[in-house]
Amino acid sequence: MNDRNSPLLSVRNLTIHYITDDGIVRAVNDISFDLEKGKTLGLVGETGAGKTTTALGIMNLVPDPPGKIISGQILVNGKDILKFKKNELKKYRGKVASMVLQDPMTALNPLITVGEQIAEVLRLHDKLSRADSYIKAAQMLELVGIPSDRINDYPHEFSGGMKQRVVIAIALACNPQLLIADEPTTALDVTIQAQVLSLIRDLIKKYGTSMILITHDLGVVTEICDEVAIMYAGQIVEKGDLEAVYEHTGHPYTRGLFGSLPSLAVKAHRLNPIEGLMPDPTDLPKGCAFHPRCPDKMPECVSRTPVVIETEPGHFVRCLLYE
Amino acid sequence: MHKLLEVKNLKKYFETKNGLLHAVDGVDFSIEEGKTLGVVGESGCGKSTLGRLVIRLIDPTDGKIIYEGKDITKVKCKGSLRREMQLIFQDPFSSLNPRMSVSQIIEEPLKIHKMCKNKAELRSKVDELMDTVGLAAKLSDSYPHELDGGRRQRIGIARALALNPKFIVCDEPVSSLDVSIQAQILNLMMDLQEDRKLTYMFISHDLSVVKHISDEIIVMYLGLVVEKCRADELFEHTLHPYSKALLSAIPEPTTKKKKEMKLIQGEITSPINPKPGCRFAARCSYVRDICRQAEPELKEVLPDHFVSCHFANEINNLKAN
Repeated sequence: MNDRNSPLLSVRNLTIHYITDDGIVRAVNDISFDLEKGKTLGLVGETGAGKTTTALGIMNLVPDPPGKIISGQILVNGKDILKFKKNELKKYRGKVASMVLQDPMTALNPLITVGEQIAEVLRLHDKLSRADSYIKAAQMLELVGIPSDRINDYPHEFSGGMKQRVVIAIALACNPQLLIADEPTTALDVTIQAQVLSLIRDLIKKYGTSMILITHDLGVVTEICDEVAIMYAGQIVEKGDLEAVYEHTGHPYTRGLFGSLPSLAVKAHRLNPIEGLMPDPTDLPKGCAFHPRCPDKMPECVSRTPVVIETEPGHFVRCLLYE
Repeated sequence: MHKLLEVKNLKKYFETKNGLLHAVDGVDFSIEEGKTLGVVGESGCGKSTLGRLVIRLIDPTDGKIIYEGKDITKVKCKGSLRREMQLIFQDPFSSLNPRMSVSQIIEEPLKIHKMCKNKAELRSKVDELMDTVGLAAKLSDSYPHELDGGRRQRIGIARALALNPKFIVCDEPVSSLDVSIQAQILNLMMDLQEDRKLTYMFISHDLSVVKHISDEIIVMYLGLVVEKCRADELFEHTLHPYSKALLSAIPEPTTKKKKEMKLIQGEITSPINPKPGCRFAARCSYVRDICRQAEPELKEVLPDHFVSCHFANEINNLKAN
């Protein structure tokens, strides 16, 4: 069963909607992907693309109401976590899969010492005694580069970068198989971002953790990921290993993202942004959701929804240009 | 080309309960008319304070600000200054009054400065401004909360342009926007600069954005300018250890020729009662004894390229001149 090629995580036709008074927000629409053990997938997209909702789905944390998982399966080690009962979920979250949130300022409880916040996870999942949990918590702090004598400090005594290190220590304390990092460095300065990225990279390599890194930054992906999936309007529009997506970009949206980035290497007088705005998720365009902004629009894009096409081995694009 | 704005030894200290906070600690620069000065640095380096000082939103502790040859450091009546210099804010969510409609926001400066004779003129001026920044006319009665970040930032730009200023301080105008929207706004700002001969002071933490839009760049660290030169020069010959670290920390969106990420240790130190010596010494990999004792001066190391580092020549294998 656990042969080398069976993926750790397999998301099958996942659809998540938020039912609100203003209509149905179609946040995630029929996405499927696999993540192999020890691999890192970058999930890239702009605000409202459905990245965070996908992540919450994988943790089975979609707030209900208004969120509803309409259909699909999320298989972790072959078991569908969407069918888990409450006590199974408790064991799953934090032990099998854990999450690093975007904003380290609000992710920590301001009334509890950082040591206790790390130790709590260890007592719950690894059934350590109080004393042992503090010893391990001190080790975790050292591991993420914080002197262990700060174990009794409160979150407000740490800077943003240090807080994010604490959050990472909590997430990795029980040595999970899957780490979901939701924009872990967006709130940090670039030099601190570089430190935190290198820390995450070293730790997941050391422990063989698989990771999904959610980001809007195509640069961050190249520092840490093996594969990348580009999301738009709740769908994965392109997926493949880094070289395929960055060097043989297939989807017009991905090309638009690259065109929008000012480059450090070449001097361009004007950028080539994508025209228009993100579609309203309660009223997605018919056919291909990207067609109103697409520079390569064809008549049939308005009516026909594209399916996923494998343009080269391991490189998937969802666009009628390739059908 | 003449200097539109010149700043000499500008300082701003804030009193805090822990001591004196040196937000801006002796900054000199000048901007030529029609050009863009980029100001980069990380949180807490004093770049926003510098922007606010320059347009006289806050009063400097010491130093001079000279605009069009006139010393404006002590000008009391700021009304006439506002017609010349404006500010675009970082956060298009909190910088717009939620209870005013788009047209009310844009016409407010015109009303205050009595720029229009009658309602019809005001109306047509607002329509013209909305058209200039790419806002659809039908949005004029919408409220900010109904609009996305990119459109709100366009309102902020229209408001700043209303009085036809010559000089605009842009404080992180695109940092809170998605990349595709960021590119639209950057293009808009560059077009406006060309059409109206605007002069920008562009503050950002994002080096690639600053490089794209600027003619000259200053790199700030803890209230001081550590490097100052032409935009392309900064990227071809990065001389200061901090600028080098900043540049190498940017993850580039390419899979080719990955440069080695040089990490700098530690975090930005406190700007309250700074220790003597170079402010970057605690994090610098080239640090020697003298760096902890004497503060380096901003010296011209290459033509028009200023660096404040005791070992700028040595680190970069340059001949001392």
